[in-house]
Amino acid sequence: MVDWTSARENGRDQISREIPPPVPPPLREPVKIHVEHLNFYYGEVQALRDISMEVPTNQVTALIGPSGCGKSTFLRTLNRMNDIIPGSRAEGKVLIDGVDIYEDGIDVTQLRRRVGMVFQKSNPFPFSIFDNIAYGLKIGGIHQRAEIEEIVEQSLKDAALWEEVKDRLHSEALDLSGGQQQRLCIARALAIKPEILLMDEPASALDPISTGKIEELINQLEKQYTIVIVTHNMQQAARISDYTGFFLLGELVEFDRTERIFTTPSDKRTEDYVTGRFG
Amino acid sequence: MSNQSRIFPLGQITDKLRTAPGIPARRFRLRPQITEKIAFFLLFLATLTILLPVAVIVVVIFVRGLPAISWTFLTGAPTMGMREGGIFPAIIGTLYLALGTILCALPLGIFAAIYLTEYARQGALTRWIRLAIFNLAGVPSVVYGLFGLGVFVIFLKFGASILAGSLTLAIMILPVIITASEEALLSVPQSFREASLALGATKWQTIKKIVLPNAIPGILTGTILGISRAAGETAPVLFTVAAFYLPYLPRSIFDQAMALPYHLYVIATQIPNVKMDTKAGTALVLLVLVLAMNLSAIIIRSRFRRRKKW
Repeated sequence: MVDWTSARENGRDQISREIPPPVPPPLREPVKIHVEHLNFYYGEVQALRDISMEVPTNQVTALIGPSGCGKSTFLRTLNRMNDIIPGSRAEGKVLIDGVDIYEDGIDVTQLRRRVGMVFQKSNPFPFSIFDNIAYGLKIGGIHQRAEIEEIVEQSLKDAALWEEVKDRLHSEALDLSGGQQQRLCIARALAIKPEILLMDEPASALDPISTGKIEELINQLEKQYTIVIVTHNMQQAARISDYTGFFLLGELVEFDRTERIFTTPSDKRTEDYVTGRFG
Repeated sequence: MSNQSRIFPLGQITDKLRTAPGIPARRFRLRPQITEKIAFFLLFLATLTILLPVAVIVVVIFVRGLPAISWTFLTGAPTMGMREGGIFPAIIGTLYLALGTILCALPLGIFAAIYLTEYARQGALTRWIRLAIFNLAGVPSVVYGLFGLGVFVIFLKFGASILAGSLTLAIMILPVIITASEEALLSVPQSFREASLALGATKWQTIKKIVLPNAIPGILTGTILGISRAAGETAPVLFTVAAFYLPYLPRSIFDQAMALPYHLYVIATQIPNVKMDTKAGTALVLLVLVLAMNLSAIIIRSRFRRRKKW
């Protein structure tokens, strides 16, 4: 038997040490994504129930919750990646800068260039490092070699990978380590200059050192990008996010400043989850 | 001695050797290690049986056919009522047919596979299409020959020609190409597609630049295997293209052509007093041609496997 009590208390200890106890009221930051009464279905199965939420501009918003609670599904509604799943359907509104992305006539490819995504499992193409980043530029209509080279370098610098790969830009991306591959995927997403960056458990398959690098990177990127990150790791949510949403069984139970979620949640279920009583 | 064997009969000895306690002792039962050896041996024997006919065919044809192989045999035209001379027109005809078949079947097969795996909504229509493909694969080759005769030679007025033969063979191997292409496309990880779409690529850009390049080796392997089957077929070319004897090489796709399998059939059954060497030599050339195609398919596949890391 695992002694859950002590593990829980340890977890709580660490969290309370990192977050100062005084809890400020929610700030009114400019809102980037405005979700209104969003329902989502896979065929007959309802995966999201009446989600309403405001994602603040240039902040890190973490989504936590047990497996299968709908947080990844929610993330993928924000750039309409769920469109590729046959039989799926969304109801309600997702406004980005005031425009509903589910309206008729929305160009999904344009949307996805504004809302970049990094996946749980790093998925570089089987090309060179350079071509991985150049791919998004080329399909976006940038063909000038000099411009592409400049953006590749800048993106790799932004993703804190430049120093490690600058001498082998034309070697296979799949020869990189797991952590480097994931940062390459981040660089690839940054290259097309999105406004929003969605991250679906970007560090869950990585070792602690690589995870640390990714988290550091997220804190850097926050200045320029609105970041929404799904994570299983509550410590990680507490460390890197400004706002946290707690999902359970397809519902958004609570959404608030991260400090409040982890210290004085208003919902009993949130408290149970963040203190490790279930999940 | 006899006393001891009475005290420890076989069953009891094996019981003693059982390591797990509490298993009820049963007599006259072989140890699992021994049954495993027997099973391995039987499986090995079955596999060996598969090898045997291949080895016999290859060895016999090589031994009997090799003496016939010469430069004039490979590059000359048949003479003396096809009892002498070479088989060059038949080799060329078969190569033309293989090429024509690839040109007709490959684009069609790839496009159909892309439609089925990437675009089609999985429903009644795709079920019917797949059923049709499976059935197409099961149609006897002589039926394809008659189909080609009716549709391409007579109805479309292509006459007996390389075009009609290529189209007939193409339809025959389409199921092979479609199935191989579908598998190759499906083996490209979904995460590549997602990554590309998430970067703002359209579905077609994703297919063109990410999915298809990674599926090409698998598609080629399947195509070559299909072509090697088509190159060896007699019945479909019999009605649609093959000439009994042609004094010149085909000059356009509307010309008739000789074909190796049909030529072999002709000299083996239709013409008396053809030397065994000549028949075996012709068979050898056909065999080498088909084996070379299969070998190249295997090489492409293994080279790709070594390279791919996903």
